[in-house]
Amino acid sequence: MALKKSIKVRKYLFIDMKTVEPQIKTVEYFKDLFFNTGEFTYFVGRFFKELFRPPFFPREFIKQSFQTGYKSFPLVAITSFIIGLVLTLQSRPSLVEFGAESLLPGMISNSIIKEIGPVITALLCAGKIGSGIGAELGSMRVTEQIEALEVSAINPYKYLVVTRVLSTTIMVPLLIVFTDLIGLYGSYVAMNIHTDIGLRRFFTEALVHIDFFDVFPAFIKSFFFGFFIGIIGCYKGYNAKGGTESVGRAANSAVVSASLAVFVLDMIAVQITDLL
Amino acid sequence: MNNETSTREYASVNVTSGGPPVEMKGVQKAFNDRVILKDLNITIHNGENLVVLGKSGAGKSVLIKCIVGLVTPDAGEVLVFGKNIADLKNKELNEVRLKIGFLFQNAALYDSMTVGENLRFPLKHHFKHLTEKEIKSRIYDELDSVGLTESFDKMPSELSGGMTKRIGLARTLILKPEIMLYDEPTTGLDTATAKEISELIVSKQKTNKTSSIIITHDMACAKITADRIVILKDGVIESEGTYDELAASDNEWVRMFFN
Repeated sequence: MALKKSIKVRKYLFIDMKTVEPQIKTVEYFKDLFFNTGEFTYFVGRFFKELFRPPFFPREFIKQSFQTGYKSFPLVAITSFIIGLVLTLQSRPSLVEFGAESLLPGMISNSIIKEIGPVITALLCAGKIGSGIGAELGSMRVTEQIEALEVSAINPYKYLVVTRVLSTTIMVPLLIVFTDLIGLYGSYVAMNIHTDIGLRRFFTEALVHIDFFDVFPAFIKSFFFGFFIGIIGCYKGYNAKGGTESVGRAANSAVVSASLAVFVLDMIAVQITDLL
Repeated sequence: MNNETSTREYASVNVTSGGPPVEMKGVQKAFNDRVILKDLNITIHNGENLVVLGKSGAGKSVLIKCIVGLVTPDAGEVLVFGKNIADLKNKELNEVRLKIGFLFQNAALYDSMTVGENLRFPLKHHFKHLTEKEIKSRIYDELDSVGLTESFDKMPSELSGGMTKRIGLARTLILKPEIMLYDEPTTGLDTATAKEISELIVSKQKTNKTSSIIITHDMACAKITADRIVILKDGVIESEGTYDELAASDNEWVRMFFN
């Protein structure tokens, strides 16, 4: 609308529209960007404001934790097993060439625990959980279920957003812990294709190269991954506008934004860990 | 249970004695450049069924959303039980909302819950002192009053359009509201079911002694339910009266609805 107005003004002033249109579009783009950033910041701020205020919805939180945690587990488990297995099979020839095969468990555990486990799990969760939340809340918005909660004097933000974000913030790190263990088990299976190594010896060799400062930052960043996957999914769905096509748009946008957020957060986490 | 007693038990907002439950004074609302409501003045009297007619986009739904605080007017006052909705804090607004029932166009049942859970959820949330037995009995009473006790364990996706509307009505009425707002209650229903829903609205209004606003395009529904009809045109009241008065009107635009 504002773009149309400014176009009208420029027509009146006899300015060549072809030359100024790209600039107007750029200005509009940045205006939207700032507006959306502000709106998202307010949405995030509201989460912390509502988090500690009653009423609480423990049943909904448990239900959501079941949905995000338990129901995502098979996907995450299979993927991490395959990643551990493939990573080991592909890394082994190079290490064998340098006579450093004994370092393989340590190398794999470092890769999986510090980086691959958290990032791959977070990306899977962004796809599965983020899109699910975006689509569910988007569909509730377009079918007026969110308004129905509001007119029944039930705070829809608390009931829908706080419970979901809290459950992803807790469940994603737990899934990552399982991912790491299953990924290492996959690596153990791959090692056994070529060499005969016991499970205890494999895990001893894998974990001897890992200390607290390897595990701790990875664990902390997984909470941020979980939080942002949940809040982005909720934000996109909660603010869906229009008809049913906005449900798909909300789900798609939730996956894209959450995946991007995972990479950006990972980059920030790596930089901070590096400084420490 | 006596209705008046149950209403008092359910909400703590003080009703202004004798005053109209809803009063709209000079309400204006625009979305971007499009003016929807222009200086709208409407009063709903105690126990009255007011039907609001108007073409699509005339601002009928915006009108009832202003009453329940889902839309904030740009100017003017919306007084519910004498309280200006725009001035209320969240907690006070929620207390007022508890006295207003809103039946959405598509009933807006929570699709992840069964019918029983849909009714249980608002009841359990607002009346924590009720035992499970009491809650269940109230749910069954309400479902019985709309003739759908057998639907207790069904999911909303398993219900027909008419059943969905009935369950939506039951969910709204379980909180014993004093004002009912219906957003196109018969849209998308066949003639027979639409008539059933219209008659149900009248019967519920008589039983619960509610004041209601019914937004509709369905003249049959208007004829059955209306004590008074208001016709909106370009954001203002074009005409007002009983069904028979308006049916006999000389105004071409008004007659268009009745033909």
